[in-house]
Amino acid sequence: MRVVIDRSFVSDKTWERIEKVMSRYPEKRSALLQVLHIVQDEKGSLDFEAIKFIAKLFRLPPAEVYSVASFYTMYNLKPVGKYLIQVCTNISCLINEAEKIVEHIEKKLGIKVGETTPDGKFTLITVECLGSCGKAPAMMINKDYYENLTPEKVDQILDSLS
Amino acid sequence: MGEMKLLLANVDKPDSEKLETFRAAGGYERLRKALFEMKPEEIVEEVKKSGLRGRGGAGFPTGIKWGFIPKTDEPKYLVCNADEGEPGTFKDRVIIEKDPHLLLEGIAISAYAIGAHEAFIYIRGEYEYGAQVLEKAVEEAEAAGIIGKNALGSGYDIKITVHRGAGAYVCGEETALLNSLEGRRGHPRIRPPFPASKGLYQHPTIINNVETLASVPFIVDKGGDWYASLGTEKSKGTKLFSISGHVKKPGVYELVLGTPFEELLYDIAGGIREGHKLKAVIPGGSSTPMLRAEEIAGVLLDYESLQAAGSMLGSGAVIVMDDSTCIVKAVYRMAKFYEHESCGQCTPCREGTRWIVQILTRIMKGQGRMEDLDVLLDISEIMGGNCLCPLGDAALGPLVSGIKKFRDEFEYHIKHGTCPVGG
Ligand SMILES: Cc1cc2nc3c(=O)[nH]c(=O)nc-3n(C[C@H](O)[C@H](O)[C@H](O)COP(=O)(O)O)c2cc1C
Ligand code: SF4
Ligand code: FES
Repeated sequence: MRVVIDRSFVSDKTWERIEKVMSRYPEKRSALLQVLHIVQDEKGSLDFEAIKFIAKLFRLPPAEVYSVASFYTMYNLKPVGKYLIQVCTNISCLINEAEKIVEHIEKKLGIKVGETTPDGKFTLITVECLGSCGKAPAMMINKDYYENLTPEKVDQILDSLS
Repeated sequence: MGEMKLLLANVDKPDSEKLETFRAAGGYERLRKALFEMKPEEIVEEVKKSGLRGRGGAGFPTGIKWGFIPKTDEPKYLVCNADEGEPGTFKDRVIIEKDPHLLLEGIAISAYAIGAHEAFIYIRGEYEYGAQVLEKAVEEAEAAGIIGKNALGSGYDIKITVHRGAGAYVCGEETALLNSLEGRRGHPRIRPPFPASKGLYQHPTIINNVETLASVPFIVDKGGDWYASLGTEKSKGTKLFSISGHVKKPGVYELVLGTPFEELLYDIAGGIREGHKLKAVIPGGSSTPMLRAEEIAGVLLDYESLQAAGSMLGSGAVIVMDDSTCIVKAVYRMAKFYEHESCGQCTPCREGTRWIVQILTRIMKGQGRMEDLDVLLDISEIMGGNCLCPLGDAALGPLVSGIKKFRDEFEYHIKHGTCPVGG
């Protein structure tokens, strides 16, 4: 069966990245997680159109791709704010007052964990250990790490984001 | 005993991640020696002699594992486990970000030893910076003819691919990792067959931790006997310890195995924060049973000594808790972690981790019942040894040790509905 792939769904740069990883593995399907990352890098989240696009690339049913994507926490299957704030609350951060950091951000942004600010700028979530336990408490905003957090430092970081 | 820098010898140099820095310190000469002067079997033999044990948590002897690879012509694979998801663990990240070529050298030598021409580094998705550093290092080493086709002009081909995970602790478990690397949900596989006979794409596969593979160049360089001269009778060589929590100088330190726990805690990591006293430690990552303050006296940091003390060396992730810590809350938080990360494939783990969290939630809210503690221990009896992969058992480490060693604190929560330390 001929599958028509609409390349214009992604930018040329993204398409190049996709082609590169899809030729890297002995079996094409191995590139699935990487392609999900690459498409999310461009789109911010993976909606059904994105899932269908990726499914065609791999000649898989969209439900199969969705099933894989939904297993992993880093794929945003629902839209998120421009800045996704991910605060670690696991053990080493917990005992270094990560909860205070979460509360501080909730107050500052006027949202609860799991919510997005009405202007779509920030989404706040808590996450498991980020591998920064020696510099706890730690968080990520999109792909960047921020460590040894204090409420003051969090203010500075959030205020610097436009 | 004490500190010794093999793995960490380069990490503090400026531009430590660059090829020229690595080469100036003798980097890739061990690969040259392996490819030109040693047969694959000889490397396996040296690694066996070295006594090197897996640094990912289970501590299985590396040379023996490599020996399970069948001597057939089918494709073979080496997979480097850089998933580093065990709470408290942040040791592999140092090698990945600061000395990526050491890891690549270890991978190339190990792949040659097991007869693989293709290797993958499965790195946790959050370490995107680390993945970029590794990718850059692969490109540099390929461009210099060190890895890739005809590595160093030896006639041996080795291709190394960096593969990012996407946020799932269970993918650190080696068979879940293989499914994830094949583009599937990260469900652990039923064993047997073991990966050494049927692993990636159903071909023989060796999975080793970052630190394990990064130790191999030193064994090739100085010999298995030399490596085995470091450490204790059953725990050889050096090991990275990532120490976090309530110490003055948290961080990653490389110690000869058999160094006293108290030396790491007080001399190297600077001891407990001012005005506080040690309460408990988790010695090897969140899956390992906690020890009370007084239990670490005289304990050595090695596989056998920690086992004798009732815990495990695990990934070398030491989590230090002082007297401000509410043990009930700490146990609750770790239980939430395992509930969240259970892949749901088998009933004891899926249901057990859920029930544990529900009961602990009730206790945290001040609505616990005295019999809850025994119910929790009953659940752990049912789960223990009855799960498909070791995650189910891992979930019990902090829970059972927490209840057994700090039962009075749990009882206080249940009786008074509040926390004795204000946690
Ligand atoms: C739930 C779970 C998570 C694991 N996570 C990791 C990990 O992040 N990194 C790692 O090297 N090993 C991890 N392991 C251990 C691996 O399954 C495997 O034993 C190890 O990668 C083998 O390498 P080694 O012999 O060099 O230690 C995990 C095991 C389990 C059960
Ligand atoms: S023990 Fe837990 S994580 Fe492992 S296979 Fe069973 S449900 Fe999945
Ligand atoms: S516990 Fe927060 S980064 Fe490890």
